[in-house]
Amino acid sequence: MNEQELLPHLFRTEYRKIVSVLCASFGIEHIETAEDLVSDTFLAAAELWSLKGLPPNPVAWLYTVAKNKTKNLLKRDDLFRNKLSPEIRYHTAASELPELDLSEQNIRDSQLAMIFTVCDPCIAPEAQIALALNLLCGFGVQEIADAFLTGREVIYKRLSRAKEKLKQEQIAIEKPVAAAVGDRMDRVLTALYLLFNEGYYSMVADSVVRKDLCAEAMRLAYLLTEDAITDTPAVNALLALMCFHVSRFDARTDERGEIVLYADQDTRLWSPELVGKGTFYLNKASQGTQLSRYHLEAAIAYWHTRKEDTAEKWEAILQLYNQLLQLEYSPIAALNRTYALSKANGKEEAIAAALQLGLSGNQFYHSLLGHLYTGIDTAQAIGYYEEALRLAHTPAEQAPLLRNLERLSNPAHESHNP
Amino acid sequence: MNEFLLIFRKENESRESQPSPEQMQASIKPWQDWLGGIAARNKLVSAGNRLHAEGMVVKPGNMVTNGPYVDIKEAIGGFTIVRAEDFDEATEMAKACPILTAPWNGSVEVRMLMEREL
Repeated sequence: MNEQELLPHLFRTEYRKIVSVLCASFGIEHIETAEDLVSDTFLAAAELWSLKGLPPNPVAWLYTVAKNKTKNLLKRDDLFRNKLSPEIRYHTAASELPELDLSEQNIRDSQLAMIFTVCDPCIAPEAQIALALNLLCGFGVQEIADAFLTGREVIYKRLSRAKEKLKQEQIAIEKPVAAAVGDRMDRVLTALYLLFNEGYYSMVADSVVRKDLCAEAMRLAYLLTEDAITDTPAVNALLALMCFHVSRFDARTDERGEIVLYADQDTRLWSPELVGKGTFYLNKASQGTQLSRYHLEAAIAYWHTRKEDTAEKWEAILQLYNQLLQLEYSPIAALNRTYALSKANGKEEAIAAALQLGLSGNQFYHSLLGHLYTGIDTAQAIGYYEEALRLAHTPAEQAPLLRNLERLSNPAHESHNP
Repeated sequence: MNEFLLIFRKENESRESQPSPEQMQASIKPWQDWLGGIAARNKLVSAGNRLHAEGMVVKPGNMVTNGPYVDIKEAIGGFTIVRAEDFDEATEMAKACPILTAPWNGSVEVRMLMEREL
């Protein structure tokens, strides 16, 4: 990796670590100072490295500079030192200036603590994801704006408001203790799940950005499994779910960026390594008596990694969706359950069930009914596909619907595409 | 939207009429499909529970008797709470309940819950 590639890479991997350690050391109220300090460190690196070339150990160089800048800040800024030093959670004597602890262990603990701070209930879910991308994943404002397909200004405001809120509420940056982990973990897992879905299901951002989001969600989930207190069955189930989903990432879109439906995917593009990893975490998740929605979703995702269209597979998927919906309703689970119902119990029963879902504002409801009526009532199928088309937002969503309509209105063509 | 309690009743089981483990296994699917269908419409409040056949009845004067009860032929086998606009909708849901078919051949009682006062 040359210098031009290395610096953005290091920014992504090291910025979040130093910011987390600074925040965990000085408190969330100094988040801006922490971010400025780390930005200055990278600025110094950019200037010096472009003149003199890369240092032998760039990461160590960044850490040393960040440590020195912290010392200078404490030395220079009386206000900062006098007001804050007593609060600093360092064990050094009051007379000496503390050294920033950038050990591997402290970086890990600080990042873990920061995950819980970002997922505090005082922050709205949408802002939590932007904040997580910024503080835990090292994404810049522009990168987050690209991921959400929105303007820099929107993201900038969203981030500042969220950080202001964390300061106001004086949210502590600390790892949860074992007794309190349950409740706080639920929120963290929800945020990671949303972050992952943003990457996996987004039809707007380009595939490099989307893969990045998935990878970051997986990295954070992995971080949680590395600590004895946060290594719960649910987080293992969530990580398993992510592995199973991502194993099909490359098969899900074609070279034009259009969605390839599950049944049409090229299984050679599925990743057996990720399926193996998912199976490992699903097994780990099954130790204990806890059954979370992530367990059920991971089990559903597992069955989808098996290509064979067997009765056993669809019956298992149907029962998992039945359980999932009893645990927690969501429109997407309701639609997927109805699809599984058609595979397990037949299309007639699925049509009757679909018509009762009450989701007529949802494009996927209409495309599901289009699919279910195909081969039973062509006029109905066309009607539903047309309504789905009317509700579809992007060309990538419209393309498969147009193909289905083409097949339906041209039955001679259909025989080539059973 | 109102909430309705669906009470499942079936004939008391004699020792001979108790289902085999295979029958028990096969009986799970229709119930799960029925509950899943209601949940997929976001109309399930509580899947409720199935009840064991044995029970006790407590009456005034510290009178305690064992169930099943000689004076009633049908016993409560379980319950579920659903959300519905009105009795018509709740009754439609009940009509698809597996308790009405073999091997149970029982009945569903549909009762509207009173709103809790704040």
